[in-house]
Amino acid sequence: MKNYKIAFAGNPNVGKSTIFNSLTGMNQHTGNWTGKTVGNCYGKFTYKSADFTAIDIPGTYSLMSNSEEEEIARNYICFENPDAIVIVVDGTSIERNFNLVFQIMEINPNIILCVNLLDEAKKKGIKIDFKKLSSILGIPVVGTIAKKKKTLINLKNIIYDVCLKKIVPTPHIVKYLPIIEDSISLLSCEYPTIPYPLNRWVSLKLLSNDKKIIKTISNKLNIDLSTSSINSKIDECTCLLKRNDINSSNLEETIISFIMKKAEYICKEVCTFTKKDYLSKTIKIDKILTSKKFGIPIMLLFLCILFWITIVGANYPSQLLSDLFGNLKYHILNLFNTIHSPEWLTSILVDGVYQTVTWVISVMLPPMAIFFPLFTILEDLGFLPRIAFNLDRCFKCACTSGKQALTMCMGFGCNAAAVVGTRIINSPREKLIAILTNCFVPCNGRFPFLITVATIFISGTISGIFSGLVAAIVVMLVVLLGILLTLLVSKILSKTILKGLPSSFTLELPPYRTPQIGKILIRSLLDRTLFVLGKAISIAAPAGLVIWLFSNINISGVSILDFIANALDPFAKIIGLDGYILTGFILGIPANEIVLPIILMGYLKNKTLIDIENVNEIGNILVTNGWNLLTAINVMIFTLLHFPCGTTLLTIKKETKSLKWTFVSFILPTLCGIIICFTTTSIFRLFEL
Amino acid sequence: MNICNLSNLKINKTGKIIDFNCNSNIKRRLFDLGILKGSNITPIFRSPFNDPTAYLVIGTVIALRKDDAEKIIVTYE
Repeated sequence: MKNYKIAFAGNPNVGKSTIFNSLTGMNQHTGNWTGKTVGNCYGKFTYKSADFTAIDIPGTYSLMSNSEEEEIARNYICFENPDAIVIVVDGTSIERNFNLVFQIMEINPNIILCVNLLDEAKKKGIKIDFKKLSSILGIPVVGTIAKKKKTLINLKNIIYDVCLKKIVPTPHIVKYLPIIEDSISLLSCEYPTIPYPLNRWVSLKLLSNDKKIIKTISNKLNIDLSTSSINSKIDECTCLLKRNDINSSNLEETIISFIMKKAEYICKEVCTFTKKDYLSKTIKIDKILTSKKFGIPIMLLFLCILFWITIVGANYPSQLLSDLFGNLKYHILNLFNTIHSPEWLTSILVDGVYQTVTWVISVMLPPMAIFFPLFTILEDLGFLPRIAFNLDRCFKCACTSGKQALTMCMGFGCNAAAVVGTRIINSPREKLIAILTNCFVPCNGRFPFLITVATIFISGTISGIFSGLVAAIVVMLVVLLGILLTLLVSKILSKTILKGLPSSFTLELPPYRTPQIGKILIRSLLDRTLFVLGKAISIAAPAGLVIWLFSNINISGVSILDFIANALDPFAKIIGLDGYILTGFILGIPANEIVLPIILMGYLKNKTLIDIENVNEIGNILVTNGWNLLTAINVMIFTLLHFPCGTTLLTIKKETKSLKWTFVSFILPTLCGIIICFTTTSIFRLFEL
Repeated sequence: MNICNLSNLKINKTGKIIDFNCNSNIKRRLFDLGILKGSNITPIFRSPFNDPTAYLVIGTVIALRKDDAEKIIVTYE
């Protein structure tokens, strides 16, 4: 049976991914800001016994520019022949969304218009006459509220009807000036193999002399567009147009103003606005969140609260989990004894694999399970673009794109994902800087480590309700140091090996949306928790095995772990760490989550089976192995500033397609970490002497 | 009728765009967002460090840096 291809196109941040997720049952990450989807994403669904493949293409405002995501979107729409294209538009601002609608109409006629966010439109007093809209555009129109699955049935019906040709859309393409239309028809005769309306679009691209697109078209459609007869016709048309004051550079402007005029007209015809000032609420909030007095303090406060809730909230489940695992360990040991398993096997499985996995889970999991939903709520609310807006001036001083603030925020979640996210930055130079500096903010894998160390050492000295707060402030300071270094290193890069001026920057500040808290909780908890558990088991288990072997295989009386640690120790001491810590970071390259377990394993090598029942006991182990406040501070700095994890490195290699830049991204944060740790150590020693 | 750069337009004062002084790449980006000759544009608030500024254009809020806004010429009453 035929499998129908459905592409989902639309402006950024109109809920395409949410619709895509509902239809396919997939869990593409969504958020209230421009540029969440940066590559095509595929999913399948079945309706009325027909099979559909849905393709979520990146959100774009237009198909005329040459940024990476627009190229991906354009190439899909032009050359992959989807059976239908669902253009998702924002019901609260359809006028601006029409630019893209009309541009896609010029390429592929099988279009369904999906007016989304109807609930928000209703709140803002906007009413849309779908019947009229459909007859003006000549394509089926359906209204949806992506959050409510029920509203998607109409959309599915129409997708089905269009794919099975029960409905044939006949888009009414915008007609430009007669002189432009004449030139288009003149040129279009030259390539009869290209169907209408694509031939019309190709002619427009030839007339505006867009070399890059023309080259792609001739490659993909396997057609020679530089024949002498085409060239002479282009010359002819150019002359004609010139007499009417249209040249290749203002042709696009003319075209877009025609589209926009038509959009304005349609909007007047089909929309009624009952409330006049529908944006006023968002603007009122923004005026406070971005004000001179409160803008920055509020941001810091939010960050601090975020960490504080995480630290305080994680304590209890952490304790619960380690109790649970401690009990379980006792039973497992009993079991091994009853089956008379050899001692080495018991040790390798329990002290090695089991211990590492359970440490990772009990120490790392609770903070993650709390931090992520909170962060996602801020993301859904639309807070991230405001951070970018507030911090843009700093990034401008560092000669980089303001969108780097967005990718930096993504880095808090996962550095590897953020490196992919840098595709939203248009200038290659600024994109590279954003990639190289992304690891300066701690990711989700490193936060729990920071939080644990802060809780044990910094707040351990203070008791009562303030201890959690102090730990939160310390973590926040570490994060601020990371942001500061991001800016500083960006600036240094811009002035040295990646010279250049900041490029233009436009950022949309979307209206605030009420986050779907219930859904976020379930999504974050189930998806991420399962993901983290999976990761813990898949990486920590073999790592536990390797570490156990390292610490138990003796070569001339010294275990391999000791050997490495001893070799690194002199250097590590200079920067205020020790050999085991450094070994932990090096062996932790596959995933930063296992750094702490490795360090603990190193310290516990000779003492068999110490039950670690809570965070304080971890603290005791660390203290007996020579940790003090300086070590704690340096470990936190080094957690912030060291080589990216394996996944991130691979992603950087993929995105930059260069070993050189991957190496730079490896060495840059490491050098910073070493220099700063060395400085703090020297200062400490100077004063404590 | 007065003429000025968009960056000099006062907060909450609506201007009408009459010209662009920037290269075609930047212009194209602005077009995508509905910033065209003849569009109305209103600065509504500035960031804590005074730059960038948020503008209201056909029902959406768009932030532009001062360097870019300087290149957009508007008229106002």
